[in-house]
Amino acid sequence: MTQKFSLNVNGKVQTVEADEDMPLLYALRNDLGLNNPHFGCGLAQCGACTVHVDGKPTRSCVTPLKEVGDRTIVTLAGLGTPDRPHPLQTAYVQEEVPQCAYCINGWIMTAAAFLRDHKKPTDAEIRDALTGLKCRCGTHMAILRAVKRAAAMMG
Amino acid sequence: MTRYEATATFSRRSLLQAGGALVVSIGAPVTFESVLAADNPLVAATKPALTPDQLSSYIAVNADGTISIFFGKMDMGQGLAIAIRQMVAEELDAPFKDTKIFIGDTATSVNQGGASGSTGVQEGGHQMRMAAAEARRVLLEMAANKLGVPADQLTVTDGVVHATNDATKKISYAQLIGGQFFNVHLDWNGKYGNPLYAPGKAQPKDPKDHRIVGQPIPREDIAPKVFAQADFVADIKVPGMVHGRMIRPPVAGAAPVKVDESSIKDIPTAKVVWDKAFLGVVADKEWDAIKAARQLKVEWSQVAPPFPNQAALYDHIRQAPRRKREEGKPVGNVDDAFKSAARVIEAEYEWPFQSHARMGPGCALVEIKDGKVTCWTGTQKAHFVQTGLAATLGVQQDSVRVIWTSGPGSYGRSDADDAAMDAAVLAKAVGKPVRVQYTRDQGTAWDPKAPASIHRASAAIDASGNVLAYDFLSKGFSRIDVDTNGSQPKDTLAGQTLGIDLKSGDGFGLPGDSYGFANKRTAWETIAPLLDRASPLRTSHMRDPVGPQIHFASESFIDEVAAALNADPVEFRLRYVRDPRDIAVIKAAAEKASWQSRPSPRKDQIGDKVSGRGIAYAQRGATRVAVIAEVDVDRSTGKIWARKFTVAHDCGQIINPNGLRHSVENNVVQATSRTLWEEVKFDQNNVTSVDWLTYPILDVTEAPAQIDVVLIDHPEIAPSGAGEASTRPVAAAIANAIFDATGVRIRRVPFSPVNVKSALS
Repeated sequence: MTQKFSLNVNGKVQTVEADEDMPLLYALRNDLGLNNPHFGCGLAQCGACTVHVDGKPTRSCVTPLKEVGDRTIVTLAGLGTPDRPHPLQTAYVQEEVPQCAYCINGWIMTAAAFLRDHKKPTDAEIRDALTGLKCRCGTHMAILRAVKRAAAMMG
Repeated sequence: MTRYEATATFSRRSLLQAGGALVVSIGAPVTFESVLAADNPLVAATKPALTPDQLSSYIAVNADGTISIFFGKMDMGQGLAIAIRQMVAEELDAPFKDTKIFIGDTATSVNQGGASGSTGVQEGGHQMRMAAAEARRVLLEMAANKLGVPADQLTVTDGVVHATNDATKKISYAQLIGGQFFNVHLDWNGKYGNPLYAPGKAQPKDPKDHRIVGQPIPREDIAPKVFAQADFVADIKVPGMVHGRMIRPPVAGAAPVKVDESSIKDIPTAKVVWDKAFLGVVADKEWDAIKAARQLKVEWSQVAPPFPNQAALYDHIRQAPRRKREEGKPVGNVDDAFKSAARVIEAEYEWPFQSHARMGPGCALVEIKDGKVTCWTGTQKAHFVQTGLAATLGVQQDSVRVIWTSGPGSYGRSDADDAAMDAAVLAKAVGKPVRVQYTRDQGTAWDPKAPASIHRASAAIDASGNVLAYDFLSKGFSRIDVDTNGSQPKDTLAGQTLGIDLKSGDGFGLPGDSYGFANKRTAWETIAPLLDRASPLRTSHMRDPVGPQIHFASESFIDEVAAALNADPVEFRLRYVRDPRDIAVIKAAAEKASWQSRPSPRKDQIGDKVSGRGIAYAQRGATRVAVIAEVDVDRSTGKIWARKFTVAHDCGQIINPNGLRHSVENNVVQATSRTLWEEVKFDQNNVTSVDWLTYPILDVTEAPAQIDVVLIDHPEIAPSGAGEASTRPVAAAIANAIFDATGVRIRRVPFSPVNVKSALS
């Protein structure tokens, strides 16, 4: 049974008609035309689909629409723009982090929430905050450099 | 990189048309000068045929003076696009920023082999360099006629040709040919793929004159991805597109015998596509396709369990009849030397099946419309997929266009090519464009695998502790059960499920080193695949195909011999390594890591937490890499932390040190993951590694603290591959460091905590 859902995504409220069990990921990608985030596993094991729901990093591949309600959703596209980049986006470009870049939603969205709540984190704190996220190309060293660079920018 | 708008379907379509038009539009604004050039036989108003023997197939000067580069290889995120632009801009003496590159679209480039064997710069770049040099020569000839100045008295500065002694006598590339096409024949060697070579009459520049090559120019494809503005293959949509999902059997080798379509009748638009063992579903909405694939009731044929118990895998390899054997060039007489040995050292090593396990499973979109087939795919080899689609669909190759689009990582022959063929079969069956995306379990369990293998090494030592003879044998599954590209239906799951049997090729490899033992024999042997059709354990190329396997063994063994002779591992290698560039990387790594000369293992540590260091080195083609690993071992848990790596890397001329450094670093981390964690698990029925819990990879908490990379530049030596070489010595460097720390030799990958703890106890 499909029903209508009002989704507040990147500051815009839009209506989606879908199964209540459909994960948010497919509404974002197919109904709202937001190509990021990505499908990686559908199991909340990798992070490629991560968005912020009320500021909290959330795996949209396992978040059914019925649980979203009127909460605020921010995707990578809503985090910052080339004109007004989030420090992590700036740092990612400066450090040339990605190889394939398919995983970056998970790392950037998770790190953005972490750096918002933790000023001047240690290397170990950053690693712990990002544990579980997957990067298959092996860009971990550059990811850590970028998060540290962004942390410095965010004071 | 073509930049797409992030929104709707129609903009996608119009942009694709714009992408096609871009190539045509270079002819649009006709300048006065280009009209004058119209009579020139070196210039064509319409584009000559897209064949390897035409200069226009590689390079065009646009009316605005920008230079379009058409490249038949692909950049899988290692910065190749920038490197090629640097090589072309260099030869043309054109500003780097004025170059644009179009990659891996069969409509705009010739088959240069795709991403393959780290040949992007070595082969692909070489060809582009030769083409650019020829373009410059032709442009100078045209300018000489125009300016009335002999070509040898002309200079090019930023795309403007001028008299060397009179800068006012000048004409730009744009004025000479902008908006039109080179009509210049190249001396093509008649080959496609990696060996394609088509030079002109020009010689490339002397490397000492290089200004753009060698610069650390940053990648330009990163920002669009970081700002969610770039499309991956999974993001492409076309009007009328439906979603497909494939269904794989619970027991590998089984085929559907009964498919109950009524089991999905409650799902709107869901349809079954079933032909022999090919089984998929399509639906208008992606979520409906996913539900249908989960819900469809299928009865499968009864087949005997195809696989041995995993515990018996290496015994199977030992006992299986060899299908093919190949030997390296023999040195001396190994058998006689062993007879005179004072002492023989022997060891055997084991490496499991490994999965590409890309960040996202395979995905492709195929549209069949008005007799034309268009495919968007993350394959490494778009031109070969074009051939494969033509064969799979029974159409002419020239009616198929394949557009490579970034995928979720790419390290060889992954499931990307399978997805393209599955999408094509579904699209033909339902008469609509079909986007197929595999599920996570299919991406891990059903992708082509890096082969499992065993490796036996023995050394004959004389009474004075010299190595008299060395004997090394790899035996394993071939690295090419399915070929490294999808050009033939037999090499894809679609072809195999539609009834074409797998015809496994034979290939493995030999150690790459320059140890000058007086008697030396290296060999490999392959065995038959476990299942001859649509197997989840079919093998193909994965980053540095069989390199990690072979050099884990060969470089662990060299360390074992050094330890047996109570020699320092660096000093022992330098005693036998003959190639000066090999010696240089070993020395450079040792120096950078402040290597202290002493034999392994250390004997000064007590308690559970111990540390060690190890070195390994390898050649890969003309590239050499030495890696020093420093590891911490927790004896109580078996947990390894590969804390620090020092890498010395020599791939001849460095085109872009920035891209190279990133590639090396990423390869080391990925290889560490493969060494410490990765093993495809299976039971007798099927592969049981189906996600990130059952196929764990390195976590960020386990990433090294430091990777130091020493790049050795040889501008005078042609660049060789760098995409994979640094993967090769990592496993042995870690194993050797674990031995140094603990005195225990681990001869089976992966070095997971369970395996290490069991080895230590």
